[in-house]
Amino acid sequence: MTTALAILIGLLFAAATYCLLRRNLMRVLIGILLLSHAVNLLLMSASAPLTRNPAILGPDGQPTPGMADPLPQALVLTAIVIGFGLSVFTLVLARSCFRGKAIDDVRDLGKEDGS
Amino acid sequence: MNDLLVISPILVPLITVIACLLPGLSRRASDTVSLFSAFVLVAACVGLLVQVASHGTLTLRAGSWAPPFGIVLVADTLSVLMLAISSIVALAVLIYGVRGGEEDSSPGHLHVLIHGLMLGVNGSFLTGDLFNLYVWFEVMLISSFILMVREGKRSQLPGGLSYVLLNLLASALFLSGAGLIYGKLGTLNLADMASKLGALEDPDLVNTSGALIFVAFAAKAALFPFHFWLPASYHRAAPAISALFAGLLTKVGVYALLRLFTLVFTPDNGFSSTLILYFSMATMVIGVLGAVAQYHIRRLLAFHIISQIGYMTAGLALGGELALAAVIFYVIHHIAVKSTLFLVGGVLEARTGTADIRQHGGFYKSSPLLALCFLIPAFSLGGIPPLSGFWAKLNLLQAGVETEHWLFIGTALVVGILTLFSMIKIWNESFWKAPPEGMEADRPLSGRPYPAMLLLCVLTLVFSLGGAFVFKLAKQAATELCDPSGYLNAVLKGGAL
Repeated sequence: MTTALAILIGLLFAAATYCLLRRNLMRVLIGILLLSHAVNLLLMSASAPLTRNPAILGPDGQPTPGMADPLPQALVLTAIVIGFGLSVFTLVLARSCFRGKAIDDVRDLGKEDGS
Repeated sequence: MNDLLVISPILVPLITVIACLLPGLSRRASDTVSLFSAFVLVAACVGLLVQVASHGTLTLRAGSWAPPFGIVLVADTLSVLMLAISSIVALAVLIYGVRGGEEDSSPGHLHVLIHGLMLGVNGSFLTGDLFNLYVWFEVMLISSFILMVREGKRSQLPGGLSYVLLNLLASALFLSGAGLIYGKLGTLNLADMASKLGALEDPDLVNTSGALIFVAFAAKAALFPFHFWLPASYHRAAPAISALFAGLLTKVGVYALLRLFTLVFTPDNGFSSTLILYFSMATMVIGVLGAVAQYHIRRLLAFHIISQIGYMTAGLALGGELALAAVIFYVIHHIAVKSTLFLVGGVLEARTGTADIRQHGGFYKSSPLLALCFLIPAFSLGGIPPLSGFWAKLNLLQAGVETEHWLFIGTALVVGILTLFSMIKIWNESFWKAPPEGMEADRPLSGRPYPAMLLLCVLTLVFSLGGAFVFKLAKQAATELCDPSGYLNAVLKGGAL
């Protein structure tokens, strides 16, 4: 499971990097979205049961061995919410850039077009 | 009482945000609420500074959860120094007056965003938890994203978009760094991480996280080679907003680097400070060269931010108490100076209607007070004694001599000369030379620019003439950074009180 997850995360990071290096602005945005998925999965994988015990006690007052750590799941949830909000904002911003003088090439972002 | 004092830098902006969101609030009312809250914030932060400077580090356990499980807020000398100076800059910016255009339908929202930004900034300074730092950073960033493009001018969009994209990328890297380090250590509390790392057999394993987090904060602090977003976007925002950004945003990145790379990723753990030093020197040179080539006044100043960030991170790389104290002094001085310069730039732009300094002229004659407000921070930035920039650079260079980094000293001196050169360039063009034909210099100014600029100038003079006192505080902060046992004690064992 951990191996499969690691491969998946690696593939997502690779795809995100590929998209981020494109000139097309839409691809760059997709790259950012893929990147946030990759990062969320990476956080998830940190919750795999390792040597330490999570901060949850069983009915006998002892830590339960082999239980997944719930904290990273809470972190991922927070990260997803934040990432969602930011993605929507970025999409709106990109849409404003498209409108009027269609900018869809990232190289045009650096150009001065008056002020 | 102390608990309330520690949380107040977060509480005050939060309450203001809610108050300014109340429906039916008139523009005048929201302006008043916002300005009043900025005064309260300054009082709270200065009170906290006095308390911490005399009684040592204060901590607040959110929800009374004992570390490492809960989130802990830590107010040590470095945090409270940053809090105090940031709150004063925010006050100055609000005195200067932030207004949208006449057609702005929701004036209250501007105050919501500014106090939202302060909420994120103050939270980042106070938190003692890595993931919480990420959350505060996002609070700060989302406010800054909207402030950056709020006027919706076409010219703001491309720079704004690159700013947003780069910051999203940096946040993703930061989060992966945090995830990896959690996987290794099982904790996100900074103090707990530091003590667990000390007991680890293979501490180099966290260097992956160290590198990821370094890149993330380097991007937010605009360190070479991650600096391109800054000169593309800062000068596009409204003048008061860009002054706030110039003073605070990149410095939060520097603060995070200072905190994490002295507490968690120390050179003893194998994280390379040589690498940071070379990046810093490249940043210093490239930033100042960009500034020398510019004629757009706030863009020129934006390039200067990059160059000065290089000095700060270079001090972090040099390490040792003197270098860290110099960096902390540098950061504080730079926040005050840079915000003033951006405000002056904003006034010049507002009065002439153009940002091109070649089309300015004669302001020394026509408004000597404005010239004075430029001269003090400009000379301070250039490192002319007895102004604060001189003490900052002097101490940094002394630290360089002690550690025998001659290449750094040479670079710092050359960059210092070029800094002075580009300040003189603004002086010659905007203030000294005769006004060019057709220049209009009497466009109306909105807000209260002079009290704001004078407030920050007085602050710069306090740092200059009272340099010894401020440096003593910076030194205290540096001592705490160099010997984290006090920090660990305060967080893990329940504080010095």
